[in-house]
Amino acid sequence: MREEIIVSGRMNPMVDPQLHIWHWQIPLYLFLGGLAAGILFFAALYYINGKEREYPAAVKLAPFLTPFLLILGLLALFIDLRHKAFFWQLYANIRLQSPMSWGAWTLMVITPASFIWCALHIREFFPKWDWKYDWLKAVEGFFNKYKKALAWVLLIYAVILGIYTGILLSAFNARPLWNTSILGPLFLASGLSAGAASILIISRSPAERKLFAKIDLILIGIELFLIIHMFMGFLASTQVQIDAARLFLGGPYTMSFWIFVVIIGMILPAVLEIMELKNYHVPAIVPALLVLFGSVMLRFIIVYAGQASRWLY
Amino acid sequence: MRYGMAVDTKKCVGCSDCVVACQTENNVPIGYCREWVVEVMDGTYPQLEIEIRSERCNHCDNAPCVRCCPTGASHVEAGGIVMVKPNKCIGCGACIASCPYDARYPHPDGYVDKCTFCLHRIKNGMKPACAAVCPTKCIYFGDLDDPGSEVSVVLKKRKSKTLIPEAGTKPQLYFLI
Repeated sequence: MREEIIVSGRMNPMVDPQLHIWHWQIPLYLFLGGLAAGILFFAALYYINGKEREYPAAVKLAPFLTPFLLILGLLALFIDLRHKAFFWQLYANIRLQSPMSWGAWTLMVITPASFIWCALHIREFFPKWDWKYDWLKAVEGFFNKYKKALAWVLLIYAVILGIYTGILLSAFNARPLWNTSILGPLFLASGLSAGAASILIISRSPAERKLFAKIDLILIGIELFLIIHMFMGFLASTQVQIDAARLFLGGPYTMSFWIFVVIIGMILPAVLEIMELKNYHVPAIVPALLVLFGSVMLRFIIVYAGQASRWLY
Repeated sequence: MRYGMAVDTKKCVGCSDCVVACQTENNVPIGYCREWVVEVMDGTYPQLEIEIRSERCNHCDNAPCVRCCPTGASHVEAGGIVMVKPNKCIGCGACIASCPYDARYPHPDGYVDKCTFCLHRIKNGMKPACAAVCPTKCIYFGDLDDPGSEVSVVLKKRKSKTLIPEAGTKPQLYFLI
């Protein structure tokens, strides 16, 4: 038997007895950012493919959520900072080895880009919109001329936004639960799935709803595949990762993960969407809301459980 | 020049003088500590082995805390000492999450804090507070690149280990076993 304990009484707040430095603000931002990334990805994708008339909710309507999602997300991140007066240092430095630095700069690009995209489509909500000032009209003219380039910028940055949060967590080798390269693609798939679900809720076109139900189904399949392989990877890895996996396989996060994230957030909506595609009458909003719920819970559980996983003691 | 520290686990008695000296020297806020003492008990009574270690930030050569800092507040000074610049720190906590040794803590003033190898003392030719105060003189400190320094001499004479070398951090705090 081996016992290894701290005998001098270390109890550093938020570090002992177990690391808890990141609270609700971080998983909330991870969800809002991922959702915004998903919506902007589909908006840009279908615009580039010339399908804005067939899929109007995806290209023109759903993106109106994204400025709010991104601003709320940034606010959550700001609230989490413990040295708020110095937040601007994030934008006075670029550190290529720090995924958090990539994230700060990515948000710096994609947030204004999402505002611009919405501004270009303002007439969906206000048909008689007039920019009034000539310089504003000139700006609108400029972005309308280069709309495809803007769409490509949105597409690429949406993928970065969706994936970097997973990469950020996976870069912490001190937290064995996060230290898997599957986390980045998993978060991206979850964000795209949440985006597709939101488009499903907003859309008024049966053809568009059918497409996004299919897309969501495929993304749920990808997520389930990634989750299974993440656990297979942990169990075939070193002792610290086997212990990390045990948090979800009998440990304190078992019930919440498999029930909230996998069953309620992935399998149940997938079943409902299959039934919908086979023409059973299922209100589209139900599986979509379940997917969004699952996406939120995935992030909360992974962020909290990751802080419980450790190397020492 | 590469500063390093060696703690003799056969001489450490777990008195925690080092912990208190550090708190006094560095104005560590009440309830926080930059160092701590770990006791390992191995075996089944009466065949027991004990190891006592005075631990702190390892000032790693491949420090994950420096790598993940988004502003560069977490940086390496001359001699390999890992430091935090408080007015560059935004208090995001990434470095705290990235340390496998749990050596960092969020200072109540907002920035992140940890052991500094008493840089302000070693710049004036003194030893870190913990090494200076240890009653069994089990903490050795000095320049690992200087073969005549006390830490180099003792590392050559004795068997030593570092904590979780497989984490890839290249820690510079050695434990003489």
